[in-house]
Amino acid sequence: MRIIARLDIKGENLIKGIHLEGLRVIGPPAEYAMNYYLDGVDELIYMDSVASLYGRNHLADIIQEAARDIFIPITVGGGIRSESDAFNILRSGADKVAVNTAAVFNPQLISRIANKYGSQCMVLSIEARKVGENRWEVLTENGREKTGLDVVAWARQAVEMGAGEILLTSVDMEGTRKGFDFELTNAVTSVVSVPVIASGGFGCAQHLVDVVVSGGASGVAIADAFHYGRVKTKVLREACFQANIPVRKYEKS
Amino acid sequence: MKNPKIVVVDYEMGNILSVKRALEYCGADVLVTQDKEVIGNAQKLVLPGVGAFGAAMQSIKQLALFDAIRSVAENNNSILGICLGMQLLFDGSSEFGNYEGFGFIPGSVLSMQEKSLLGRDLKIPHIGWNGVYESSKNVWKNTLISDFDQGEEMYFVHSYYANLNSPDDLLAYSKYGDLIIPSVVRRGKIYGCQFHPEKSGSSGLMMLRKFAHD
Repeated sequence: MRIIARLDIKGENLIKGIHLEGLRVIGPPAEYAMNYYLDGVDELIYMDSVASLYGRNHLADIIQEAARDIFIPITVGGGIRSESDAFNILRSGADKVAVNTAAVFNPQLISRIANKYGSQCMVLSIEARKVGENRWEVLTENGREKTGLDVVAWARQAVEMGAGEILLTSVDMEGTRKGFDFELTNAVTSVVSVPVIASGGFGCAQHLVDVVVSGGASGVAIADAFHYGRVKTKVLREACFQANIPVRKYEKS
Repeated sequence: MKNPKIVVVDYEMGNILSVKRALEYCGADVLVTQDKEVIGNAQKLVLPGVGAFGAAMQSIKQLALFDAIRSVAENNNSILGICLGMQLLFDGSSEFGNYEGFGFIPGSVLSMQEKSLLGRDLKIPHIGWNGVYESSKNVWKNTLISDFDQGEEMYFVHSYYANLNSPDDLLAYSKYGDLIIPSVVRRGKIYGCQFHPEKSGSSGLMMLRKFAHD
């Protein structure tokens, strides 16, 4: 089980999106990222939250700076449209690229990135909105556009095309602090053999346990609970130990 | 005293910036290159890599680096293979065709099968932090991992794992579901680690520092 800090970026700033509408500036990403690294998060995810508005991912500089003295895996997403976008991001110091919109419109992009850089570099990012009993729809453009695509079918297809991991965000639960959508997570983990990271809805340590035990998540992405200092990784690790969920021990040296 | 010089082979597979940065952070002078002369003459060579065995060996051959890398071993100089780089140290892999590796360490490379973990199928790739344990008592003494604790946690991301012919080449293993994964292997001055030391926080840096300075 991996504890992952998610940083949504606009321009040079770490921001918090409120249900993906409206943004609040939190501060300099480098400072927050370093604190999370020292606190013992297992990985970092950087999402360019306005990339789809401006057409491209612009996080290369931020990633390059992060890669200078942060030595844990970094995933970057937002506005990755092509193989060469992926190449630039990986070359800047990212280990994995997360792709949503471009993959939905052109699933071949998944295979091309996976074949060139390896499946482990190719994370499928899914923004999911509940549309019925046990049914969720894929949203694109950072949650702004509907597609009519079924999340579970899409996840399955994408993994067949070479996606090595799935970042699964519940648009409904994001920002609510009421817990992850573990039914959504379970629906996806039941049909794919790659790790699924649950995102959206974290409020307390029990939510993490629930989405792992009931949802089959291999990791959780947490944003504002970290940014606003509401939780430290130590508490989350402790909850995992209590629930017999394998997690990194990490003792600050 | 001059900074130790380390040569990192760029055969165009994966993120080499982090390997370079981590080694520099440990005080080494790092050269990332495809130049066969520089590689052939390296006293300390790092073979990084993420991706597929076949594609990697193809890339190495296309760049005409096979002999250069072999000669580092023949000159009794140090090599550290990381992740895919570790897998290339073996004889070969028979997944998706027959691919020959460098054969520095006898053994092959196998694909992971799904087994059970917490009542669910094992997820492949193996992605995440996992502890490394000595293969036999005190075998870590005078090696790159002599400062590790038992269960030192390192970051893994891979779908294939090594199958050693000789248990003497195994320094450390990790467990994933029912699988025993060779996590650190070694023959002479040739080391391989399945995890990514450049992505394993201070534990990984500890190992890289040893590689740089010892």
